[in-house]
Order: sequence, then structure tokens, then C-alpha cells
Amino acid sequence: MAVLAVIDYGMGNLRSVVNALSRVAPAGDRIVVTSSPQAVLSADRIVFPGQGAARDCMHEIAAHELTEVVKTVAGQRPFLGICMGMQVLLEHSEENGGIQLLGLFPGTVRYFGVSPRDSRTGERLKIPHMGWNQVRQARAHPLWSGIPDLSRFYFVHSYYAAPADPGIVAGTAEYGIDFCAALACDNIFAIQCHPEKSAEAGLRLLHNFARWNGEPQTT
Amino acid sequence: MPLAKRIIPCLDVDNGRVVKGVRFVDIRDAGDPVEVARRYGEQGADEITFLDITASSDERETMAHVVEAVAAQVFIPLTVGGGIRTLEDIRRILNAGADKVAINSAAVARPEFVREAAERFGNQCIVVAIDAKRVSAPGEPLRWEIFTHGGRRPTGIDAIEWAVRMAEYGAGELLVTSMDRDGTREGFDLELMCTVSEAVPVPLIASGGVGNLNHLAEGITRGHADAVLAASIFHFGEHTVGEAKERLAAEGIEVRW
Repeated sequence: MAVLAVIDYGMGNLRSVVNALSRVAPAGDRIVVTSSPQAVLSADRIVFPGQGAARDCMHEIAAHELTEVVKTVAGQRPFLGICMGMQVLLEHSEENGGIQLLGLFPGTVRYFGVSPRDSRTGERLKIPHMGWNQVRQARAHPLWSGIPDLSRFYFVHSYYAAPADPGIVAGTAEYGIDFCAALACDNIFAIQCHPEKSAEAGLRLLHNFARWNGEPQTT
Repeated sequence: MPLAKRIIPCLDVDNGRVVKGVRFVDIRDAGDPVEVARRYGEQGADEITFLDITASSDERETMAHVVEAVAAQVFIPLTVGGGIRTLEDIRRILNAGADKVAINSAAVARPEFVREAAERFGNQCIVVAIDAKRVSAPGEPLRWEIFTHGGRRPTGIDAIEWAVRMAEYGAGELLVTSMDRDGTREGFDLELMCTVSEAVPVPLIASGGVGNLNHLAEGITRGHADAVLAASIFHFGEHTVGEAKERLAAEGIEVRW
């Protein structure tokens, strides 16, 4: 029986994440929503969600004394970052006039722009990038198992992760530009969209995570 | 492979029951929000909006229970509107499992509420609902005004200026309803939708007047809406969400299957 910890650092509502995980996790697994460093450190799998502004997120992570805890578990066991929980893994964000992030991966988080345009059609794009967009799987990964390439997931964000190392990009989406919609490195997988709100494709990704051993290769 | 345009069925909820849609074919689950939401989810709805039409505050709790029950079974975005007046109202509905709240009269009464809500919860979950009515005489340049209380009370506020202001205050999305068209089944007020959409940087959900599937497509192609909301064409069993998507796709509109 495994314990799956959803880290609660006060940034937004976690019920949807828990609802979706409860639906797909193996019977007998326990899902705990916690801000306790001890509970996070003792869990088998970690989900690191997040929404809202980068500054508030970083502030709350620190206020809950979770900065080092997150860095520790992210180096050890199956770890899933969702939305802002993906962005804060990078070094720096343009949001809120410039914010230092956790710095697990080199790279920055950038703004889509005030009124970006589609590079092909010239159509003006709305910000936030909100709705169902296709995710192109950049490479095979256990968390993509059973999810057709170019499946649509639900996004809502105005900033996107731009990791310095293209080797960690696990999926891309297109919104004016091609951006990193998912990244993967060792036991870490992080995704910009909301799998908990992405119907079958999202539930499948969470199903895969709840069974992932943390190995980056499909066996 | 651009972003898909969204189709959003809207359910009016009164005292925990869906009140439109009394003519469902399968009468057993008529009015049960969970059943209705699940059916729309299965049909491929991109989001679902619940409009709480109950006026009294103790019914807020009932709405929270409805959202809880739906969110446990339907894994697509849920928006709740109607009677959202305080940050506590928002917190309760989001904690119940909603992804966004739609604020209408409370924004008109005190626009700063939108700013406070966006700062507290993030603009991704703040939808400002705008009920607009044409006030320009024939031949004059088009002008729309904001109405509250279900379209009964004029405010003197220009709808386009209001839309721009609400986006500046932190609305992540606007839900614009034409009071002239709502319930008429004559189609969206396309000029209103197009004018708002061009004026704001945030996504626009068009609402009010859908009577057939062509109207949905027009809302996107001519109204420049990012999402289209409809109630009766889905509730009365005339069309499924899937049929709506087929029509949109036939018009060359990107949809999610």
C-alpha cells in the first residue's frame, strides 16, 4: 500500500487533484493532502500542484518550510509537478517583475506577451492560454503510456516554462510559439496543463503516475 | 494544431436541481445536476457552467454540495455563477471543486471586488459575467449598456468600456450575455460579441440566443468568441454536444474530440 502525498502550501484548491487521483489510484493506496514536511518526506509519491502567481507560490512554499523538502523529494522519488508546480522547478520567472524559483532545472519562465499572434495565421491570441490544446509527446515516457500523441489537455496559464536543456522537454504545445508543456528528468515529471481536469487523457496520466516507479524509461 | 474552441453547456440550478431541461427523454434523472453534468461530460462538453438562480444565501451551501458531487465524477472544468458576492463565497465554491466562479452584480456594485478576487485566487478562476443590452437607436453607432438583476436594472455603464475595465482588474475570462437575445433562439448578438472580443485581451464566452447549431458556429466565426455557451438546445434533447462539435468542425473550427 503506497502513500501519495499532495503538497498543500495554500495555493489553490486541491480537491480536484485529489478527486482525480482517488478515481485512478490502485485500490488500497492512500492519498494524503498535507503541508507537513514529515508527511511529504515519508510519502512514496509526491504531487506538487500550484496555481496563482509565482511570487505568492514561492512565498507560501517558504512559509510552510517546504523549500528544502520539495528539493529533497524531487531528487528521490516519483514526483509530479502540475501547472505552477512545474514552473517553480525552473530558476527564474518573469512574473511579478522577476522572481527566483526553486532552481531544480536551468531555465526561465516567460510571459506569452500582451497580445501574441499566431505565427501562421496572424490571428490574435487571447491571454490566458485557456482551454484544450494538443500536447505533442516529445519522447516516450511511462507517464504517456496509453495516451495517444496529440491528445488534448486543459490549459490555463499566461506564463510558460522555457528550460535551458531541450533534453528534458517531454511534451510541447503550440500557442503562437511551441512551448514546453511537459518536462521529465529522472524521477521528475512536470506538466503545464491540468491533468485532473483533462478528462480521459488527464486521468490516464494520473493513473500512470500512481503506478510509476520513477524510472524515466518505458520498460 | 491550435487551441480548440470550447462548447459549454449551461445548467440553471435552483435548490440543488437543474430547472431548465424538464423535457429530457430519460425522465428519471431529469433535474439531477450530477447526472446531467455527467451526460454532457460523456458527450464531450469542454466545460460546464452552473448558474445558481436561487436568491437566498443558505442555498449557497446547497450549490457547494452540488459542485462537490459533480466534481467527484466529472473531470472537466466547472464554473459556478450566481450570487457570488464575497471572497468567502468564492473560497467555498472553489474548495467544493469548481475551477472558476462567474461574478456579475457584485462586480457592478463594487468593481474592486474583481481585483481583490483575482489577487487572492488568481485570474485563471475569475470570470466576469456581463449582461448587455443594446441602447443605441437604429442608425446610431452601436452601443450596449450593462444591466443587472437578470436584465431588469440598467446601470448606465457602457458594456465595452466595462469589459475592458474588468479584464484590467483581473478577470481571466468574460462571459457576455446579450439580454436582447437571451431566450429568443435567434442567435448571438454577433456585433456585441465581436466588439467585446476585439476590445479585450482575455478569452470571451458568448452567451444568449442560441437556437440552432449554426448559431454556435457563427458565435466563433463572426462573433470571434473563444467559447460558446448554450442551455436549451442541449437540455431539450434537440442536439448533443457531439453534434454541435461536428457542425463546428464542418465550418473549419478547431474542436476537441
